[in-house]
Amino acid sequence: MIELVKLTIEKAHADLVSGAYSAVDLAKAYLAQIEKRNSELNAYLEVFSDVLEQARVADERLKSKKNVTKLTGIPFAIKDNILIEGRRVSSASKILEGYVATYDATAIKKLKDAGAIFLGRVNMDEFAMGGSTENSAYGVTKNPHDTTRVAGGSSGGSVAAMAADLCLVALGSDTGGSIRQPAAFCGVVGLKPTYGSVSRSGLMAMGSSLDVIGPITKTVADSEIVYQAILGKDSLDSTSIDSPVVVSKKVLTFGIPRDFLKSDGIDASVRENFEQAVAHFKKLGHKIVDVSLPSLEYALATYYVLMPAEVSSNLSRFDGVKYGLRKEGATLLDDYLKTRAEGFGAEARRRIILGTYVLSSGYYDAYYGRACQVRNQIRADFARVFAEVDVILTPTTPTPAFKIGEKSSNPLEMYLADIFTVPINLAGVPAISIPSGTVTVDGKKLPLGVQLIGGHGAEATLFSASKQFLGE
Amino acid sequence: MISKAEIEKLASLSRVALTPAEKDNFTTQIDAILGYVDQLKKVSVQAVTDTASAQVNVLREDANPHEPGKHTEAILAVAPAKEGQYIKVKKIIG
Repeated sequence: MIELVKLTIEKAHADLVSGAYSAVDLAKAYLAQIEKRNSELNAYLEVFSDVLEQARVADERLKSKKNVTKLTGIPFAIKDNILIEGRRVSSASKILEGYVATYDATAIKKLKDAGAIFLGRVNMDEFAMGGSTENSAYGVTKNPHDTTRVAGGSSGGSVAAMAADLCLVALGSDTGGSIRQPAAFCGVVGLKPTYGSVSRSGLMAMGSSLDVIGPITKTVADSEIVYQAILGKDSLDSTSIDSPVVVSKKVLTFGIPRDFLKSDGIDASVRENFEQAVAHFKKLGHKIVDVSLPSLEYALATYYVLMPAEVSSNLSRFDGVKYGLRKEGATLLDDYLKTRAEGFGAEARRRIILGTYVLSSGYYDAYYGRACQVRNQIRADFARVFAEVDVILTPTTPTPAFKIGEKSSNPLEMYLADIFTVPINLAGVPAISIPSGTVTVDGKKLPLGVQLIGGHGAEATLFSASKQFLGE
Repeated sequence: MISKAEIEKLASLSRVALTPAEKDNFTTQIDAILGYVDQLKKVSVQAVTDTASAQVNVLREDANPHEPGKHTEAILAVAPAKEGQYIKVKKIIG
């Protein structure tokens, strides 16, 4: 019996290399766990039928001792908006029901080359729009720590699969917090890398200037291994970059944006937990200073103009002509209207309409143009602060995981849950959410997370500080 | 205030049919969201207003095309309706 609860990539890799168990044994252990828990949690939309075949190939590679990487034989769960050639992928939307990917995402190709195993595709908010997976066309994913609560979102399936040991690693995507917020809600590590450091080729586009693929893992060391495996400039994504290599210093300066932390709606348990985290970093020998980022007050409003604008444009490709669902009407126009009405859920259509509005003639300058300017100011604020400090520390979320249904009728209230994560995507800098303890609510221990934010390309600093915090 | 008529116009522009109940809901919800993002109007935007100057051309040269038809089969295979080598749609010009 392989003990999955404490298993990490490094441990599994050592065991696979020493022959303590095979990749097939490991894959079987995860398939058994999926069989046991998935019907309750609804993390996986599909478990691939060829998992053991993939594992056999990995075992041959391990046996040959040639071309073995740390990810050879390591079982992954993949968010349902990342393409794997020849496999179904739907962004948890009816409009892509039955769609089969025609190529590999670059991140997937890199994982395949490393010998990773794909267990299946996991649930999410439709087209990554939401913070709870309640917008999935295939039902909500439940939080393994309390199944009456959401796992968070949009990468809810990825984090629930991680937290319940239904995979050893998961890939997610983050546009405004979709990796970090659910990671905090489920007590796992979630990295949103520097914008462009991981290719977006093969990631279904939501907000193209904000989206990035990142790992969800049990430990910071695992996060680093996966990040190293998927990063790099890619000719298929013109916004991809070779990340500058920033080496972490021993003593770091942590900036605390005190004004920003005064925002309404932050739970007392979150404030208390955050102060403990600050004290912990201080005890580890780091310097703590207050910093001011005045434009952050406007980050959420900026995001909820720019993101829907990009959504309305990106989702125009789903027209019932080229792929996916087609609902027949009397004319071609009727085909479009019916296909998009029946194929998209309410949140997707709401954002398409909102985005169309902020981009429309007469409103463009007041909304989209204005938001672009404020975004530049937010970037400038971050640049100024990162000239003085190495890390900015905030809570990841203003509250622990909320109840299923609690916010689903009020979109604006759901958006406010993104307050700490959204500014990071606007600035394009990296951030990691790490578990920082728990709070007991209704007799259940709910995880909380803190977010470490770094300057562009400063992932190494985030990994180093996070490992110290967690005692890795 | 955004009106129901404006929502209907936007829905039509973005090719999304809405039910009568959705028209009402969306009007209320989108109005609330616009009310929230209206705070952007009071930000004093400073010197950093040029959004385009840092951009450079990153597009590749238009060269080395793949051989014709290489991807045709795979792309047609996912289309909802096709005829021969074409994706089939309803008549557009009357």
